[in-house]
Amino acid sequence: MARDSVYDVAVIGAGVIGAAIARQLSSYRLDIVLLEKEADACFGISKANSGIIHGGFHHGPNALKARLEILGNMMFDRLQKDLGFPFRRCGILVAALSEEEMKAVEKLYENGVRNKVIGIELAGRERMLALEPRLNPDVVGGLHAPSGGVIEPYRFVFALIENAQANGVELATGFEVAGVRREKGAFLLASADGRSVRARYAVNAAGLYADRVSVLFGAEEFSIIPRKGEEFLLDRGAKGLPGKVVFPVPTPVSKGILVIPTVEGTCMVGPTAVEIEDKEDLSTSQSNLEVVFAAARRLVPSLSERDIITSFAGLRPTLAGGDFLIEASAKVPDLVQAAGIQSPGLTAAPAVGEYVKDLLKKSGLTLEERPDWDPSLPEVPRIRELTPFQVEELTRRDPAYGEVVCRCEGVSEAEIAAAVRRGHRTLDGIKFYTRAQMGRCQGGFCTYRILRILARETGLAAEAVTKRGPGSELLGAEL
Amino acid sequence: MTAKRYDALVFGGGSAGMAAAARIAAGGFSVAVLEREQELGGVLNQCIHSGFGLKVFREDLTGPEYAERFCEALAAAPGVDVYLETTAQEVGPAAGAERPLTVFGYSRLHGILQLGARAGVLAMGCRERNRGNVGIPGTRPAGVFTAGFAQRLINIDGYLPGHRAVIVGSGDIGLIMARRLTWAGATVLGVVEIQSYPSGLTRNVVQCLNDFGIPLFLSHVVTRIVGRDRVEAVEVSPLVNGLPRLDRAFRLDCDTVLLSVGLLPDTELAKKLGVELNLQTGGPLVDAGLQTSVPGVFACGNLLHVHDLVDFVTEEAERCAGQVCEYLAGEYELLQHRVAPGANVRYVVPNRYFPGRDNRFYLRSLVVKNQAHLEVRIGGEKVKQRRLPHVQPSEMVSFTLKPGELAGLPARADQTLEVSIA
Repeated sequence: MARDSVYDVAVIGAGVIGAAIARQLSSYRLDIVLLEKEADACFGISKANSGIIHGGFHHGPNALKARLEILGNMMFDRLQKDLGFPFRRCGILVAALSEEEMKAVEKLYENGVRNKVIGIELAGRERMLALEPRLNPDVVGGLHAPSGGVIEPYRFVFALIENAQANGVELATGFEVAGVRREKGAFLLASADGRSVRARYAVNAAGLYADRVSVLFGAEEFSIIPRKGEEFLLDRGAKGLPGKVVFPVPTPVSKGILVIPTVEGTCMVGPTAVEIEDKEDLSTSQSNLEVVFAAARRLVPSLSERDIITSFAGLRPTLAGGDFLIEASAKVPDLVQAAGIQSPGLTAAPAVGEYVKDLLKKSGLTLEERPDWDPSLPEVPRIRELTPFQVEELTRRDPAYGEVVCRCEGVSEAEIAAAVRRGHRTLDGIKFYTRAQMGRCQGGFCTYRILRILARETGLAAEAVTKRGPGSELLGAEL
Repeated sequence: MTAKRYDALVFGGGSAGMAAAARIAAGGFSVAVLEREQELGGVLNQCIHSGFGLKVFREDLTGPEYAERFCEALAAAPGVDVYLETTAQEVGPAAGAERPLTVFGYSRLHGILQLGARAGVLAMGCRERNRGNVGIPGTRPAGVFTAGFAQRLINIDGYLPGHRAVIVGSGDIGLIMARRLTWAGATVLGVVEIQSYPSGLTRNVVQCLNDFGIPLFLSHVVTRIVGRDRVEAVEVSPLVNGLPRLDRAFRLDCDTVLLSVGLLPDTELAKKLGVELNLQTGGPLVDAGLQTSVPGVFACGNLLHVHDLVDFVTEEAERCAGQVCEYLAGEYELLQHRVAPGANVRYVVPNRYFPGRDNRFYLRSLVVKNQAHLEVRIGGEKVKQRRLPHVQPSEMVSFTLKPGELAGLPARADQTLEVSIA
């Protein structure tokens, strides 16, 4: 990025937190750059997010994360109206299977009441089974948080970034911050590949690597411990899927293994919670399948391993103490830390955006509202959401809406071409943006078609197309 | 929107769909074929090896040659419309008993089509089981392919998926791909099979592995895929008493993993139509005339149950189409009785039989056995027995039951036909 001028703010990390911060800041007269080390946004922690908008009862009111969770939760209706990502307040249940567990549920209820969660209720057995008939009939009672819901996390992140870009934010992918210098009153951020940007303020939203980035700035020393979670995805249309998110009673380290009816009609079970050392270790294991399904079936007995279409692992960026670390650096002026943002980070993200904006203001950044700020995104047509008559209207404009590339999820060629033109140039990027390759055949039927579209739209040779960036080329050689 | 009506719609222009459509047209009915791809032929187009047509044509053909014969027959048949690059995406509500089917076809070429018909033939074939279905642990790098996808990349698109490959599962596609990759210049380090016997045809084990010195690891499983961005290795463990022995795992350094771990009928459209499925085959439940639980909707080929040989698919599709013609003519035979799998039989297709006609059955054994017997009973009484020199789950068994074989049976309340292997 050969750019002489200095950005006002550089946000490091294009996961949900960086995206929410960038979008928040895009409403002011500021030059902003969003830096991402991977080949696309949402390729780190956020891509494996469970997609739950939490109900605000897992943490007491003293935790920063509880305050931001409550605020964030309430912002989603407006955000969805503006940005059009899939989101549904399906409600959350915590199921107690013994009187002892019910005592723990009562503590959660107290949290919820103290956090002023709207509509939260303690429920007896009959009420629980009426709310969710697929629950284990041995349930003795539980908690119902109607304001909880489900969201497609990648679409949310992409929508935030697209909207930020529409309002002037620049996104630089493949930009891994490798060195930081203070130069003429600004940070000079150098990428591993030789590019560099200058910015007066910086926000560290680097997720798993926030500790390393903080050190590069000469700022606070802390340690991000990855806590791995493995999840299993069940096919849409599988029998016995619940309608609400079902939690068990939480353990000290996690919210437990839960059952999540995704907003797109599939179902996720998981995650496990295991602290590991390697921040790149996204491997799955056989033994977790048994652990996860035993735990999930304790809540919803009708779930079946036969319906698994894939499994994956994600890493939570945890900090000692367990709370979010969001504050202006005490050591380095003009740097704001947004670290340790594990669950409920997705729910809190919009509120984190506001919170960080306020911290930047306190640090001296001038915030002047942009009169031309447009908070909304134009609707992206997706044929699976439309009737044949509506699709026909689209085909008159572009016949490629009639070409169904991904049969499992109902994605047209026009949607894939649009994703490429928006900058999603890897197979995984297209998957997260369009859902093509995400269904039951896991790309078996459509990948060659997507390869062809990607090559055509980008001018790349097919052998240069990657799954998720350099090194992950799909093909061996042309014959 | 273009709206058209036919006597019958055929979903899928592969081996089953082509044979069915040609036979329905020969019966004097109008028929439309909906095919997603740019050409008819389905998976045959990527099967450039030979071994097709030995039963139907008494010739040894390649897949494309076999498909070509049916393309020609369809082109010559009157009353057939073929919609290529068209996906049957939405199934509309039935518009009365006279028109049980309304389908919206999505196409770049034809726009959105609204097609109505009195009968439909489900011939969508099957899809490959993938990594998620078999739960192989490890990382999720590039370089893990289903065998059929890799076959397509090599034989149609002209790309080698990788240079050093391990094949998981010894199904026929996996075996054929071991040879194909070797011919294309890649190294195949081995085929890993969880069972104690190969799951593909014996002739393929000989011609595709043994002739090239490719090791077959029977009773072994891949217990880990290694590599961050691209596959770097797999770990293979022997299976002892049904459990992988991780302590005896060995590592194969490779950049590619091909999965040949079974096929599943592709029933999405069948589900949209509300067709009842058979848990054993994964395909629709069908009566003696291969009609599904939805009146006027028939099923054949790999969508009905996964076949070993395309010749059987063709035979079944033509028989199915003959029944569609009877249905369209208002002559469908309703006198039928139940069929059930008996001892050592995983499934039998169809699920009902005609007491007064020839019946053709396909079944799969649950066991590996030499000198076995096929036994057919009706209401407990043995009506047929046949010697089978060797049975195993991967080799389909077929037989015909003629009305003469049922003659002289006493009338009884339970006419259930049970097929077992002893």
